[in-house]
Amino acid sequence: MTTSLALNLYVNGALKTVTVEDDTEPLLYVLRNQVGTQGVKFGCGVAQCGACTVIIDGVTKRSCIMPLNTVADGAHVTTLEGLGQPNNANGLQGIQKAFYDNQAGQCAYCAAGIIMGSYNWLRGRRAAGNTAIPTADEVKDFLSGINQNPPFVYLCRCGSHMRIVRAIQQASQEM
Amino acid sequence: MTTTRMTRRQFFEKLGKGSLVVGFSLSPVAASILAEEAHAASVDSQLTVLSGLASGSPPQNDAWLTIDHQGKITLFSGKVEIGTGTQTAFSQIVAEELYVDVSSITYVQGDTSQTTDQGFTAGSKSIQQQGPLVRRAAATAFQALLGLGGSIGIGHEKYAKLFNGQQITLNSNGSALLKDPSKYTVVGQPVPRVDLLDKFTGRFSFVSDMALRGMLHGRVVRVNGGTVSKAKNATFQSFDDTAARSIPGYVQTVQKGNFVGVVATTEWAAIQAAKKLQVTWTNGAPLVSDSVEANLQAALTNGANVYSPSKTQEVVVTATAPANLNFTRDYYSPYQMHGSVGPSCALANVTSAPDANGIQATVWSGTQGVYPLQQAIADILGLSSSKVRVIYVEGAGCYGHNGADDAAADAALMSQLVGRPVRVQWMRWDEHGWEPLGPAMAHTLTGALDAGSNVVSWSHTVNTPPHNSRPGGGGALLAGQETGLIPANLPAVSINSGTRNGPVNYNFPNIKLTANNVQPYQTNGGTTLRPLVNTLPRSTALRSLGGMSNCFANESFMDELAQAANADPIAFRNQYVCALSGGSGSATSVPVPGVDPRAAAALDAMAQRAGWRNSLASPTRGDKVGKGVAFARYETVETYVAVYAEVEVTTATGDVWVRRVVVAHDCGLIINPDGLKNQIEGNVIQGISRTLIEEVGFNTTGVTSLLWASAIPTAPPATIYPVVHFNQVPSSIEIVLLNHPEQLTQAADNVPAWGAGEAALGPVAPAIANAIFSAIGKRLTVLPITKQRVLYALAH
Repeated sequence: MTTSLALNLYVNGALKTVTVEDDTEPLLYVLRNQVGTQGVKFGCGVAQCGACTVIIDGVTKRSCIMPLNTVADGAHVTTLEGLGQPNNANGLQGIQKAFYDNQAGQCAYCAAGIIMGSYNWLRGRRAAGNTAIPTADEVKDFLSGINQNPPFVYLCRCGSHMRIVRAIQQASQEM
Repeated sequence: MTTTRMTRRQFFEKLGKGSLVVGFSLSPVAASILAEEAHAASVDSQLTVLSGLASGSPPQNDAWLTIDHQGKITLFSGKVEIGTGTQTAFSQIVAEELYVDVSSITYVQGDTSQTTDQGFTAGSKSIQQQGPLVRRAAATAFQALLGLGGSIGIGHEKYAKLFNGQQITLNSNGSALLKDPSKYTVVGQPVPRVDLLDKFTGRFSFVSDMALRGMLHGRVVRVNGGTVSKAKNATFQSFDDTAARSIPGYVQTVQKGNFVGVVATTEWAAIQAAKKLQVTWTNGAPLVSDSVEANLQAALTNGANVYSPSKTQEVVVTATAPANLNFTRDYYSPYQMHGSVGPSCALANVTSAPDANGIQATVWSGTQGVYPLQQAIADILGLSSSKVRVIYVEGAGCYGHNGADDAAADAALMSQLVGRPVRVQWMRWDEHGWEPLGPAMAHTLTGALDAGSNVVSWSHTVNTPPHNSRPGGGGALLAGQETGLIPANLPAVSINSGTRNGPVNYNFPNIKLTANNVQPYQTNGGTTLRPLVNTLPRSTALRSLGGMSNCFANESFMDELAQAANADPIAFRNQYVCALSGGSGSATSVPVPGVDPRAAAALDAMAQRAGWRNSLASPTRGDKVGKGVAFARYETVETYVAVYAEVEVTTATGDVWVRRVVVAHDCGLIINPDGLKNQIEGNVIQGISRTLIEEVGFNTTGVTSLLWASAIPTAPPATIYPVVHFNQVPSSIEIVLLNHPEQLTQAADNVPAWGAGEAALGPVAPAIANAIFSAIGKRLTVLPITKQRVLYALAH
């Protein structure tokens, strides 16, 4: 038997009421198909690639394995669309600009999740007082889940890795 | 965003307001053919334009560059953007000739109702083949504009004033004056990709982001909830959908022949219903199992499985001296995946009767070939191809023929069976388990040196299944095979497929290349038998096709001969490297005596940048360090690539880390140097992944590698297919671009630029293997070079 659920979410600052007939439906599908934030990508459905990464109340999450019944009512969800837009008053977020400056993508399907996860990681470093440019190895370890809890891995199949690492390093100073 | 779509009718409505239209020939670019067709087709192409709604297969001249009454410049491209940056490059070419900004170019791509049939966007041929046509079309337009009164000025907003309400239709003029490359301001510049801003802000719609009004979500049951459900040769017996029906949103179980799936109102309901659908299959004939590697190698080299032996290159020259030392070595590479990060997705709307435009089935797909897919879908649906419209919408990077076409057929068949629009999103395990794979290859190399350490003979025998099963008929696709269609007969030869980069660019006295084509299913000498019985996993075009494994074998063996000759590997290559005659095919290619200066320049540029003669810095991750090189021309006669790799090996664990790579790359005229570097970096990193990590596991029922990773290590066959992680990529990838603007000439058949999408992939593998040899003194001849294989080599 399934249990239905209605929830209020603040998605990129806007209040959205979402309803599901099965409360185990992952947040990924709710965001993509109900809220319409398609910057959240489906990649694997089992938290192995990072394409679906979002930030929920300040915490990096893999939306593909997050049943809606584990999301708090009134939670704030940030997706790639919510970081920045060229036409918004604030324009692009520094990390989006850094990705663009470095042309850090080919198909760029993976970029959505990598940008979200890296953005929150850099924010966390800053909050802890670390404003230094991360070394390339630090960035690579982060994206490989090394010393991370949970140990989220981010995959890029086109091979834009060098540019992505440089973009994240640049973003550390421009966020 | 500059990509827009409009109907043909809208297009002609716009034309009516006064436009300049240029049709350009998309037939092969040989000068004579182009000139002849431009003349012969001048009436046809104008008629095609004016008639507007051509039925059936469109004529060759069916692509345009348009400048509308508002000065909007639109390029209708049969080649599609697959994440490699060609949209930006084509826009640069057009912008250059028309003296406008790249941002003023609108791009319409891959639509059987709007763009020409340019076959597949594949083989790194977009810039090479379509670039000259687009350049000439733009030059034709510019000349016409000048003729209308250039005094009004340069710039797209000014151009429209020149028409003054007239409709002008032109044919691309093979002698329209092209801009002098020394005056280029757009081509050759690192123009930012036109699509990336949208991709970094979530505004870009991939095919998986599309939705249709009233659509259902479909899932096909081949893998069930992450477990293999259906064997490759399975026959449907029955299903029980009692549990599936209890899922809120479940609509219908869909079954036709061996095609089984579900549709539901929501995506999650479709996923849950597919998981709960109980399907009973009869397994059918077993595949050759790879659970023990030797099984597959034996199967590839077993003469009973070779349907067509073919000698593809032979050079017989009496050597000046007899053989003194003889060498022989086997090489092997496994089945590998495209492994797109986004699994294949497609949408289809199949109706019971054609619409006003005669279209009964519309399919949106990330396919590399809308026209071949149109035919395949028509076959599967039982419609004439003129009733099927296929529209390209970009998917995640494909790296060749992945599951995109299969998902399109799945969506189309489901939509036909349920009478509603359907979106099919493959799950990760569908992509891993059922995408068509790059096939395994088994090589035997022999060679001989004379007493003076000169190479006096070289032979290469390669056994491999087909490297191309792209759609052209419905039997190439899963949904087609599951509903009774069978694949086309196998090709008799494997030129530029399994034997891509089989021929070497070295002037040896005696050369022989033999390709033994292995059948992946039961045939009679290559003629497909009915019913289809698979003997190996389905195989097709994976980035570089046979090129990577052939380069791995050739250039590893070249390194071995250099070592035996006590020669520097770069000097040894320079001693023999040459051009090949015989055009773009490799069948009759024979060495042209004398040095090829561009080959020598690429090797030299690589050596200089690498600091080839310098001693290596101490390892930081491993305990041994080594360096290696490799060289190849893409398809033996195109882009020059010289690669240097530096590796660290940890002898206690067998770990290999490629810490530095240098690539010297000459693809002729460079359109966008940053886009080019991006592609080369991608080749290097994907090459490292395929050299060190990637191998598909399969057993007698099918592919067992269904996910990227698993917390639980399992005994062979592998249940995962990992790709390189960020902490496994090099510290440094350095690229030396060798630009050749002088390759652009005014000749009608001029091809100033070759492709770069996969040229660098081939030599990466042997450069790494040769570096490993330099580090530990062992030749690793089986891909991937896993830590287990390194440990085994160290112990033997």
